[in-house]
Amino acid sequence: MAYKEMLQIWRDPRSLAIALLMPLMQMAMLGYGVSLDIKHVPLCIYDQENSQQSRAIVDQFVSSGWFSISRSLDRQAGIRHAMDRGECTAALVIPVDFSRRLATTGSANMQAVFDATDVNTTNIALGYAQGVVAQANAQIAAHWNASHGVHPSLVGQVDLEPGTWFNETLDSRDFIIPGVVAVILALVGAQLTSLTISREWERGTMEQLISTPVTALEVMLGKLIPYFAIGLVDAGFCLVSAVFWFGVPFRGSITTLFVTTSLFIIVVLGIGYLISVRIRSQLGASQIALLVTMLPTTLLSGYTFPIDQMPAPIQAITLIVYPRYFVTILRAIFLKGSGLSDLWMPIFGLSCYALVILWLAARAFRKRLD
Amino acid sequence: MFERLSVMLMKEFLELKRDHWAMFRLIVPLIIQMLVFGYAATFTVHHVATSILDLDQSQASRSLISHFVATSRFKVVDVTQNRNDITRDIDRSTATIAIVIHAGFGRTLENGQSAPLQVIVDGTNSNTALIALGYLNQIVARFSMDQSSRAANFRAGTAVPEIGISLQARPWFNEGLDDRWFFIPGVIGTLTLLQVVSLTAFAIVREREVGTLEQIMVSPIRPVEFILGKTVPFFLIGLGDIALVSAFGIFWFHISFVGSPWIMLLGASLFLMAALGIGLLLSTFSRTQQQAFALNFFFVNPLFILSGFAFPIAAMPKLLQWFTVINPLRYFLVVIRAVFLKGVGFSVLWPDLAAMALLALAMLTISVLRFRKSLD
Repeated sequence: MAYKEMLQIWRDPRSLAIALLMPLMQMAMLGYGVSLDIKHVPLCIYDQENSQQSRAIVDQFVSSGWFSISRSLDRQAGIRHAMDRGECTAALVIPVDFSRRLATTGSANMQAVFDATDVNTTNIALGYAQGVVAQANAQIAAHWNASHGVHPSLVGQVDLEPGTWFNETLDSRDFIIPGVVAVILALVGAQLTSLTISREWERGTMEQLISTPVTALEVMLGKLIPYFAIGLVDAGFCLVSAVFWFGVPFRGSITTLFVTTSLFIIVVLGIGYLISVRIRSQLGASQIALLVTMLPTTLLSGYTFPIDQMPAPIQAITLIVYPRYFVTILRAIFLKGSGLSDLWMPIFGLSCYALVILWLAARAFRKRLD
Repeated sequence: MFERLSVMLMKEFLELKRDHWAMFRLIVPLIIQMLVFGYAATFTVHHVATSILDLDQSQASRSLISHFVATSRFKVVDVTQNRNDITRDIDRSTATIAIVIHAGFGRTLENGQSAPLQVIVDGTNSNTALIALGYLNQIVARFSMDQSSRAANFRAGTAVPEIGISLQARPWFNEGLDDRWFFIPGVIGTLTLLQVVSLTAFAIVREREVGTLEQIMVSPIRPVEFILGKTVPFFLIGLGDIALVSAFGIFWFHISFVGSPWIMLLGASLFLMAALGIGLLLSTFSRTQQQAFALNFFFVNPLFILSGFAFPIAAMPKLLQWFTVINPLRYFLVVIRAVFLKGVGFSVLWPDLAAMALLALAMLTISVLRFRKSLD
């Protein structure tokens, strides 16, 4: 049975090529495409004062490396105009009495306008801006103290010493790429098997298959084993490129990786098979497969949007989104170097899933035979 | 031509009408997805799990802890005096942030010296880490301010003026910084793209596989008419989809809609034509539905990821940025977000609208040409 399926796959080289090349192509595109790192926020400047001090603060924004000046404006309305056209995502407004107030009272206001359409970028840019201003303020305070001879505050300041673990450079790619691998495997895997049974129905070979003495279990295993091999090869491709091409640190053990990856591929193929048995027409099968894999996998697996920030009912739904377990596992193996014992929870979830799916799949086919 | 076209259209709508499940299949998943993704897609950072190692046990350290407890940005899960607890919390992911208050923290502050505060961040999710660090800075700054004003009141009875620049943030177009306002217009575009491309690709390959394509071809219907007959219903379905999910966004999620519905309609029409073009093109490349399905996955996922839906195009490498130029979803997201949130008009959006029109024209032309060839 497995041999027959293997032959069938072999005879359709276009599908085989797609099955093997697709993950690599996707890896190349998604691996580069998924980045949240905002390096240079395009900044417009509306400097009403244009004094030495105002230019100095603008220079500090530029030399921080987080901002690049896209335009200098000469009127307030220009900000709206520039933002509408997407020429800048942030604008700095320095009031006309900026340096005078700074000299006389020691404090001054400055406005930072953001195009908050993209909230995440805004939050990050705001953080950068506050950092630049805090640095400038330290100098201003030191200068003020020197010239006025007062202690700025009567108690000491708190010095934050942040240290980051597991992803020291806070590179979003290191965080997202293990997730990308999980997502690609989930998509490719479901696609591999979801049409295999409905193809037999639509081509009319199902009757032939039923008339042979194979049992339902044998049909299932026969269908799944060849695809399992393809799935493992795909996984190998993706993982190797993640480590050697994208340079994601790999701190865990290969054994843990192999065990969990195999488990995940079984779940993915089982789901594809189940859909395929349940839905007779290929159109239905593929639409359902698309529905239960593509968007839930990308949006609910936690590979971009953190699950713990979702509302509780949605978090409950993510429990049945099987890639979420594998995303957690891969991320932990890659970045934290976790072993099997640290990961027992997601592995347990994935195992339960595998058992239920295989049981359902085996049963579903038997019913069809009756 | 119009007579044949209307017959073809009638046939398509009849088929759709006979399929009782079709309406259900088209509408219900769309609404469910809209609801789920509307709630799920967020980068907002709230209730960051925090454990605090307090080795100082002073009034200052307790005051600092209460600053963290008071804000909804952080959720203090553990206050401990054992260093190992901190490592364990981070390793097991029970805490994302660990704060270490060294012994002597309060005394150093009272002496007017700066006291170090050690923070360990689990950087696995770099985005959460970055944003949480920003919040942390704000809370510590507020703590410092509170401490110094209390000391000032205590000693002199007057507040010390603040030295330095205060940065006033003005987030435009989305004053509440609610990132649902960013994602939900994106979800509208993405869901429509997914549905329209797959519907179109499958419908034609299906005719081919079932063998009815030959029947149609021996009838006097010309390829262009056939394609029009196939695409017009999906175009209408797509428009219905967009209207439905937009209404959901506006009335359920309360996304502001400040722009012109006409620009929206124009953008949606051009986008749908481009999406239909992609679907048709995919169908000309596949003989079986399995191939259509594989191709669908192959192309639609990158279209979605490389559209700026969640990952800013500006953060991609230059090569991929060029690639996004042929992605109609990229332009539609610009238009739909601009119409919903910014309310800008044709004078600003014309490049994006023109790009979609060009893409639609190019893809429809190529697929008609390829379709003709595949029949010969």
